[in-house]
Amino acid sequence: MGFSLSHLKALEAESIHIIREVAAEFAKPVMLYSIGKDSSVMVRLAQKAFYPGPIPFPLLHIDTTYKFGEMIEFRDSFARSIGADLIVHTNRKAIEDGASPFRLGTQKCCAQLKTRALLDALEAGGYDAAFGGARRDEEKSRAKERIYSFRDRFGQWDPKNQRPELWNLYNARVDKGESIRVFPLSNWTELDAWHYIWAEGIPIVPLYFAKERPMVVRGASLIPLEHGIPLLPNESPQMVMCRMRSLGCTYCTGAIRSEADTLPKIIEELISFRRSERENRVIDHDQEGSMEVKKREGYF
Amino acid sequence: MASIEELLSSNDTTGLLRFSTAGSVDDGKSTLIGRLLYDCKSVYEDQLDSVKNSRVNRSGRAIDFSLLTDGLKAEREQGITIDVAYRYFSTPRRKYIIADTPGHEQYTRNMATGASTASLAIILIDARKGLLPQSRRHAYISALLGIPHLVAAVNKMDLVDFSEEVFRAIEAEFSSFCARLGRPATLSIPISALDGDNVVNRSARTPWHSGPPLLEYLETVPITSVHNYTHFRMPVQHVVRPDLDFRGFAGTVASGVVKPGDRVMALPSGRTSRVKEVVTHDGNLAEAFPPMAVCVTLEHEIDISRGDMLVDPARMPHVSRRFNASIVWMSAAPLEVNRGYLLKHTSHQTAAQITRIRHRVNVDDLSGQPAGHLELNEIGAVTIETTRPLYFDPYAANRATGGFILIDPVTNATLAAGMIEEQQAGPARRPAAEIARVETGRVTAAERITRSRHQAVTVWLTARANVAWILERRLFDRGCLVQALTDNVQTHLLPEAARVLNGAGIIAICSEASQEAEDRADAIMLLGGQLIEFGPDGLPPGDAAAVEHILAELERRGVFLPDDFSSGEGI
Repeated sequence: MGFSLSHLKALEAESIHIIREVAAEFAKPVMLYSIGKDSSVMVRLAQKAFYPGPIPFPLLHIDTTYKFGEMIEFRDSFARSIGADLIVHTNRKAIEDGASPFRLGTQKCCAQLKTRALLDALEAGGYDAAFGGARRDEEKSRAKERIYSFRDRFGQWDPKNQRPELWNLYNARVDKGESIRVFPLSNWTELDAWHYIWAEGIPIVPLYFAKERPMVVRGASLIPLEHGIPLLPNESPQMVMCRMRSLGCTYCTGAIRSEADTLPKIIEELISFRRSERENRVIDHDQEGSMEVKKREGYF
Repeated sequence: MASIEELLSSNDTTGLLRFSTAGSVDDGKSTLIGRLLYDCKSVYEDQLDSVKNSRVNRSGRAIDFSLLTDGLKAEREQGITIDVAYRYFSTPRRKYIIADTPGHEQYTRNMATGASTASLAIILIDARKGLLPQSRRHAYISALLGIPHLVAAVNKMDLVDFSEEVFRAIEAEFSSFCARLGRPATLSIPISALDGDNVVNRSARTPWHSGPPLLEYLETVPITSVHNYTHFRMPVQHVVRPDLDFRGFAGTVASGVVKPGDRVMALPSGRTSRVKEVVTHDGNLAEAFPPMAVCVTLEHEIDISRGDMLVDPARMPHVSRRFNASIVWMSAAPLEVNRGYLLKHTSHQTAAQITRIRHRVNVDDLSGQPAGHLELNEIGAVTIETTRPLYFDPYAANRATGGFILIDPVTNATLAAGMIEEQQAGPARRPAAEIARVETGRVTAAERITRSRHQAVTVWLTARANVAWILERRLFDRGCLVQALTDNVQTHLLPEAARVLNGAGIIAICSEASQEAEDRADAIMLLGGQLIEFGPDGLPPGDAAAVEHILAELERRGVFLPDDFSSGEGI
């Protein structure tokens, strides 16, 4: 029979179905927008889900203040260009108390500026559902997470007691104070996301493309020279041809050496890659199973 | 860079195969998946390094592949798989999503979860142990959840010296069990996940095996679609109304094909219209089929909201408050007969109760046993009654409109997965008090149609009163509910009278004395897609010929439900 969908169209349809279900069944959904490539894909899917109408929920960015300047510029112009309702939330109290990855270490910094900030923002907005752009192929504990991930009153995930999830029938029931984190890109791989960005012409932050950037070279890591990163003795910044494979806070997002300055080159590089995209993320490697631990505490 | 762009474009036709794996404790399922991912180069070096450096290695080989897939701390510590894990890999021919499900009996519910979206199931069998009760359970659940292809991967062949005799015995037992499940065409493959025999590459140690290695099979098996392409159904998820000029119904095509111009009926209202456009962000489509997510606009303004369903009026689903289903019970709190649950089916949710457990299934021998309740991970055949009617098809014919879940209204837990059966329940025979409690919903047009076996339309004629009376007789004799309105009603009241009759499920035949533009406009506005007009020039002159013409047109438009339509019993 002539009825076949390409794998990307099948993934797209599944994601749109999920986004529509959430918009219809929850009182107050919000879409976490991290400015990264997966967020860009997710926002495009939301536009498609409600076309020709507007996206019926706001985008929420948790700004740690340690993001790249280019990310913030991109965020503001992108949100304006698509007419999205963008909310930016920062844990001001922690910043005033001097929270920074250099002072607190990455784990505590992340707990304050990301997890705490997120939980506060969700509570302040009274959101009962929050979309996140996480994919199951990113990390082992994510592979086990449902598309609708139930969180208790404290935003915590209980991996041993997840609701069975059958077909495309999602259980959206929550009591007051409880919420659901929704992952419409669960079944996408990193390559699928890039492939879709290429096929759809989705705008992304220029940091993903290779160019010469000032970097601190520390062991195998390339750390961007931003936010006053303290240099170790004998270190001096160097111009390195590099790009970001995933985007986070400047200190915790290592760059990779790369010549890939176009989408096809990035994809070609990805196909030949033998290392996972979160490898350069300092935060995921603080301890064994650290993503699982953070998620239990309320992290996305 | 042309080559990579060509690759990306050609990838547009790469299909997606979703399969599930299930196995018993220690039969090497995680190892098999780790091996598939590794051999298809879907494992990154840093992930491999972390496995190589792990303190745990139970494999006796350089790499313990099972550690690649066990994601939760408790799983790595205990060496078991607790929850469904989804894995992704691709070959140049296909992309794959694996639902890797646990083998313990206590995780049967997770096995059903993984199977619900799969179109192929790999059942791991330890060559030393043969077909275990667990293997039968896996095969049974896979078949119950409607997976078309069942494959036995007979693992650990290295531990039985690649004995053909051992393999053939397991193969025979597996295929005869699957035949009893209604899955006669099954495949068995002798493998060693640990060493890689017949996983990706054909093994030199099984010269007697003429079938394909596992991956070759996965690459070439026809993706027998789990979709139905013949009976159009689209549950409405969301009404898109950006401004007063646009009103679209957003949803995923659950089955069938829809094109602009197609007649569609909205359930439960029973109102019909034509598809104006199939709208998407990428432009309007000439047709849409499952599982596409689209937005449909209609020619008439009819009231449709979330939870309603657009269907092909000539191929209606069953409409009923009462039906039989198989369920997998997924909660630690046992199923209680006559307790109030919530039932979610397509985009529709309603209160429901299980009025009877017909039997519990003994998965080992497929026998049915009487049961007063169902415990966690038990499977039963039940009768369910809902407060509002469901529009459904048997699960075997249509996965998307035949599956449902039950939710606990107090704890919000997902309690059960249900598959609606072919054989439907008879009418309810219950005490009046109970009927009053359950049946609070209003009678819907869909239920009326199910009973009368025809749609309630209005046939609009001009100055052909005789034709109206003859047509009324013909339809009445055919068993239809019908009323002709001619000189018995004032002309300007015809549209409103017809609307009331249609609302009651009755075909109205209106013949006005002369063509009045105003009445016609009223009729179009009030009756929308229910109105079937025959202008003064639209009918042959003789009465008998005119009646035949109208009957043929009603037939063509699918007003009468086909004879092979087997109705669910409306209550």
